[in-house]
Formats: sequence, structure tokens, C-alpha cells
Amino acid sequence: MQNYSLFSLARNAIGHHEGWHEAWRSPPPKPSYSVVIVGGGGHGLATAYYLAKEHGIADIAVLEKGWLGGGNTARNTTHVRSDYILDENAHFYEASVKLWEGLSADLNYNVMFSQRGMIRTGHFDAQVQALLRRGNGMRLNGIDAVFLSREKVRRLAPALDFSSTARFPITGAFFQPRAGNARHDAIAWGFARAADARGVDIIQNCEVTGFAIEHGRVLGVETTCGFISAEKVGLAVAGHTGHVAALAGLTLPIEAHLLQAMVTEPVKPILDTVVSFGAGHFYTNQTDKGEIVMGGDLDGYNSYAQRGNLPMIEHVAAAAITAFPCFGRLRIMRHWAGVMDMTMDGSPIIGKTPIDNLYLNGGWCYGGFKATPASGWCFAYTIAQDRPHSLNAPFNLDRFARGYTIDERGAGPYPGLH
Amino acid sequence: MLIPCPWCGERTFSEFSYGGDAMIRRPARPEEASDAEWYAYVYLRNNPRGPHRELWFHEFGCEQWIEVSRDTLTHAITGSTPAGTRERGAE
Repeated sequence: MQNYSLFSLARNAIGHHEGWHEAWRSPPPKPSYSVVIVGGGGHGLATAYYLAKEHGIADIAVLEKGWLGGGNTARNTTHVRSDYILDENAHFYEASVKLWEGLSADLNYNVMFSQRGMIRTGHFDAQVQALLRRGNGMRLNGIDAVFLSREKVRRLAPALDFSSTARFPITGAFFQPRAGNARHDAIAWGFARAADARGVDIIQNCEVTGFAIEHGRVLGVETTCGFISAEKVGLAVAGHTGHVAALAGLTLPIEAHLLQAMVTEPVKPILDTVVSFGAGHFYTNQTDKGEIVMGGDLDGYNSYAQRGNLPMIEHVAAAAITAFPCFGRLRIMRHWAGVMDMTMDGSPIIGKTPIDNLYLNGGWCYGGFKATPASGWCFAYTIAQDRPHSLNAPFNLDRFARGYTIDERGAGPYPGLH
Repeated sequence: MLIPCPWCGERTFSEFSYGGDAMIRRPARPEEASDAEWYAYVYLRNNPRGPHRELWFHEFGCEQWIEVSRDTLTHAITGSTPAGTRERGAE
């Protein structure tokens, strides 16, 4: 692997940038691998990387039906945080934030992780109490959390509505200083390049169309590039988990839903933290290019369409203008939708399946991006050791049948509500 | 999306709230149902990429539950009936 550094940049600048190599190879698939990972998004590529790095398994193929990071890795709002109150979630997502903190150096690839902090605004007493409780819960788990008075919120994000006519006056806020965001493509490309350097074959435009399963054990995958046999197969297909698992005969506690996001035209710097608005389902940040990224709630019905409907865009825009009246002058430049694999308790599934040597990483709801490094790390451990690590043991598929759901929102078995 | 309500005709979907998969059946004899049957009823969903029969509640209209046939990949709606009136196979 060509090392990226200030010196390599200078050296290649002298050579008119003609000396750069491809970041990863594109080999034809071999007939068999030790491990096949289905899905070339952030999670699948991270899994391959950590399998090679932490467990010494390099005979791996990552199969992607389209292009790397073209699914939900490219369709999210790139927020990274660990503001969870349930112990299982808190430990897992905090492990992820810690991996993010060292990721650019580890991968020799700038994932542009920016710990600009995240504000959750509070607007009435009960909500402020809930935010304090969340913050205290986090601090008991050793995670940073701060309560901000109205004046401190104003100093951090003056563009929020602090006028006397605000529809939902801000009375305080929760703040996680180590939260932030990162560059969505970079996480896929960085993991792909680092995994490739350790010998992982990354195969794009190769869709899995079936599984070879005998006596309850997976033997390989049927693909559009032919049959590939594998000792172990890991699924990391995010929104399409339900569809791909059905090819292996599995019915899961998951529904596919749509989540939309959108960006405005780029403007000068106005917002340098992530803001989650407490009086409507709305969250936002400003990208390095100057666009305001905005997201909201699920569309609310089963869908694999990767495109949403207009009422939710209107809802998000209305919440955006309520929170930030000055955004009303901005024009929306692009919007898109991703398919969310919503589980019945709002928490992911990383673990074994009823089929031997077939492992499942899915059910990310809309929390997948921030989890990417820890998800890959835990999934690699689970595949290599054939048992979950303590960080992902609570996220086993069988927790629903056993009654050990991890319901952060307390919404019950209604995937559209998480 | 326009949902054809059997009572009100085509209405925008934001008048409705979603009730999920219409093929899920509560165990007919709750006191005799096994844990596995309850697990399947409460948690498991076929979640197809394609034709899907699902429940919608016409909340801002006639306040009736309806069963809609919709494709989850294309959002094309091919029909609707009042909930509970259609042949549903083995009960």
C-alpha cells in the first residue's frame, strides 16, 4: 500500500500526480475463500479489515452488488455520537467513538472525523429532566455529557431561534463534546484500502443471489459472478438484510423502512456543531463544503425503494425553519432516501444465526454510520471466534425470543417507532 | 403515494397511519399458544422486497382500517379492501 503522508503528497506533486496507485485492487473472485462478507459498505469493509488485522485471516472476499459505500454508507447524515442510556448501547457505541478517534491514523486515510460536539435542545421541564437523566446515565458509564444553560446553547449555536417570539423557546440542552461527524465516503474507501493492503479481495458488481446450505451449515454463496464457496459467510447488507436473509431461509424481527435526508445549497459557516432539535424530529449539521445537512423521521411504511415521499420533506423543512429561522432562505439542493433495517427494539443485531457459519450484522435502524468501526470490530471477532465479544453479546438475534430486547426508546415491538 | 380508500376513493397517504403487515395473525387460542408462536406473532415479519399486504388506518378521513396491496420496491398500489374482509388463507 502506498503510504499517504505530507511527503508522499509533496513527492507526487512534483511528479504532477501521475504516480498515485489505485487505492485497492479489483481482482476477479476466487472459487473459494475462508470468509465471504456480503455487502461492501462501511460495516462489511470494516469487518474484513478487522478480520485481517486483529485475527490474521486474510483469505476474505467482500462482495458488493453495486459500488463501495453506495448504500446507506452514502445515505446518512454522518453523525457520530454515543449518547445512549442503556448499558448495552452505551458500551458499544462508546467503543465505536473511541475507534473513530484513532481511525484516520490506523487506516492511514483521513476519514475527516470532526469532534465538533452535538447539542440536543430542551424546550420544557420534563424534556430537560429527561436530557439530564440521559446525561447522568452516560456519565455513570464514563461517557462525556454536559448540560448547557440557554445562554451556553446560544453561544455554541447562535443561529437557533432565541428570539422572544420563538415557537419553542430553548430552556437548556444536552451536549456531548466528543460527538461529531465524519466523511461518509472516506469511511468506506479508507477501510477498503486498508483491507485490500492486508490481502482482502474487494469484488464490486457482484450480487449474492442465493446460499448453499446443507445440514444447517452454509457452504458458500451463489452470485452473479458464479458460485463462491466459503467456510464462513457474514451478512452486512444493512437495509436489504430482510431480503438477503430470506434467500438463506431466515425470517427476522426486522422491517425495511425509508429514511430521507437532504442538503441545502452551500453557504458560509453558520453552524459548527451537530444539532438535534427537541421540539420536532429534526437533526442537522453543516458540512465542510458549507451545505446544511438535514434529516428527520422515517417515512413510516415498509419500503425498499430508496426514495421517499414529499410529506416528510415538508415536515423536515418545517422543523428546520422552526429551529433555525434563518434557514428559511436556503434552497434544498438534493434529497435522497436510504432503506433502514428497523428491528423490533430499535437496536442492531450482530451475532450468529440458526445456520452454522452464517453470521448476521444488521438491523441498524438509523444508527449505523456511527457504529461502523465497532460494528466491524465486533463482527470480525464473532466470525473469527464463532462467538460474540462481550460488547456485542447483548445484540444477539435470539434476544427477542428470550425476552431480552434492548429498547432504548421504550417504544415496544413497532419498528416504525424506533 | 395515493391510497385508494374503499370508502373515500384515492386520498394522499399522509391522511393515513400505517398498521404494518396485514398477514400477521394473533394466535387463535392465546392460552394454548407456545412461546415460539408468540415470538413469531410479536416479532417476526416476512418483510418482502415486492408485493406486500398491509394495514392502513384512514385517520384523517373515514377512520376505517383498510388492507392495501402495495409493492415495497416500486410503491405501486394495486388495490385495497376493508380490513378483515378478504380471504386470508389458513387461519
